[in-house]
Amino acid sequence: MNIVELQQAGKNYQGVEALKSIDLNLQQGEVLGLFGHNGAGKTTTIKLILGLIKPTVGQVRVFGDDPTGDNAHNLRKQLGFLQENVSFYQQMTGREVLSYFAKLKGCDNKQVSHLLEEVGLDHASMRRVKTYSKGMRQRLGLAQALLGKPKLLLLDEPTVGLDPIATQDFYQGIARLKAQGSTIILCSHVLAGVEKYIDRALILGQGQLLAEGSLTTLTEKADLPVTFYLQGSNLQLPADLDAHTFPINGGIKLQVSQQQKMAVLKQLVALPTLENIDIQMPRLEDIYRYYTNDMERSQ
Amino acid sequence: MKAILIVANKEFHDGLRNRWVMSISLIFALLATGLAYFGAAASGQAGFTNLSTTLVSLASLAVFVIPLIALMLSYDGVVGEDESGTLLLLMTYPLSRWQLILGKMMGHWMIIALSTIIGFGLSAIIMGLFSEDTSWGELVKPYAFFIAFAILLGWIFIAIATMISASVVEKSKAAGLALIVWFMFVFMFDLFLLGLLVGTEGNVNAELFPYLLLLNPTDIFRLIIIDFFAQQELTGLMAVAQHAQFATSSLILSMLAWFIAPVLLAILLFNRRKL
Repeated sequence: MNIVELQQAGKNYQGVEALKSIDLNLQQGEVLGLFGHNGAGKTTTIKLILGLIKPTVGQVRVFGDDPTGDNAHNLRKQLGFLQENVSFYQQMTGREVLSYFAKLKGCDNKQVSHLLEEVGLDHASMRRVKTYSKGMRQRLGLAQALLGKPKLLLLDEPTVGLDPIATQDFYQGIARLKAQGSTIILCSHVLAGVEKYIDRALILGQGQLLAEGSLTTLTEKADLPVTFYLQGSNLQLPADLDAHTFPINGGIKLQVSQQQKMAVLKQLVALPTLENIDIQMPRLEDIYRYYTNDMERSQ
Repeated sequence: MKAILIVANKEFHDGLRNRWVMSISLIFALLATGLAYFGAAASGQAGFTNLSTTLVSLASLAVFVIPLIALMLSYDGVVGEDESGTLLLLMTYPLSRWQLILGKMMGHWMIIALSTIIGFGLSAIIMGLFSEDTSWGELVKPYAFFIAFAILLGWIFIAIATMISASVVEKSKAAGLALIVWFMFVFMFDLFLLGLLVGTEGNVNAELFPYLLLLNPTDIFRLIIIDFFAQQELTGLMAVAQHAQFATSSLILSMLAWFIAPVLLAILLFNRRKL
């Protein structure tokens, strides 16, 4: 069974198409990255899946059921959601906030202490949320999303405000949840570091689906080049490669297609004066830029 | 039902934490005790005066203060949560919209009820202790009656404030609207009726005119209190009601209608609110 299923689902707001009919199937245990600029339709997609809004056209199914239907209450017990910029209740302590949400979700209060510990807030749990830093609030939000061991997690900009180490911890947490069988949708325009943890990416632009697939497929489709950074004295590259080079600070930058990667690498290693070589594969950012530019070009 | 109580309990505790309960109780206690003690100052004497005079004067003061406090308490109930992002989050929980808004109102009703009981109750106790010509037995029933309807008045304005909160998108707009509502019910309405009387030189339908008072819950509240202390002489706009001779039960029913209508409207408006 698909955990999430969108069939030609679209949403209009007073005549404006926030989301043009898109299709999406998400299997159990998958981690999907949902990318796009502001206004690309990410939030609309998330709201459709959460059952906060009804699609104008098409169909949305979550755990095989209508998320706005009669069974919504039961579906919601298995959902976890963290939205962007939630500031919670300033006057309450972290523990009180989490207990409140736990009660509403019908969870055991034992989970509260456990989750506070898991997100590293146990030492601050008795302090008022007012005194929390942005990162701490984000972690409290994450603990909230994890209440009741949800089978489907939707996280909107989850790493905003987290320092690099906390971000890494967060992604490792995602990997753990995935291993436990959770299905996760990560929604972001901050892309660095997320590659390793997502199975598939869905790129949206102006309410349209621009690209969808695993990162490998998307890179291949976009045919983005591999970049080599070469250092050495008096580097003389073979003529066929020399055409693709640019001089950069203290060396040479060479871009070739991915199919040529190994052949070129062998040629480069054979160069007698080569001192150092750095290889950079296309990053998610490059893929993202390629598909969003592609949309702008086609307009 | 459980979800409603969880929300109500949270709102009530917010009220305790933010010192709402304490401040409102204090205001009510000071108001009631002060009025009981200094109420007769105009006639050249200080000290606890006649109980019914005190409570009728207190009713006139309460119609200013209680709606204001209730509106201040609840105007940001929905719109405030929307601005902080928690409304969207709550709506992804196994919780219906009507449960959330009813829970919020219930929490605020509990705050008003508790503060009114403490505040006016305290003044009743002070009066019982220090007033020489009022016995405990005489105090209990009028005060209980007064407190009950003061609470209902507060509940009405909490429902109205929640209605406002559910229908606007900005907190500042909700605050403005709440203030306008207060001003309309507390000042403008009576002025308008008096103006109508003066403008037509009293040439209004004496049968129909008093019924206009039922369009304002604060006036109904005053009529109920005056009606309870029947020996009081009616002054000002309230004298108009003498022609109509409203039955106590119909006054109470009108007030209940004023309570139920905004509660239902608040739920309706919140159900239509876009997230």
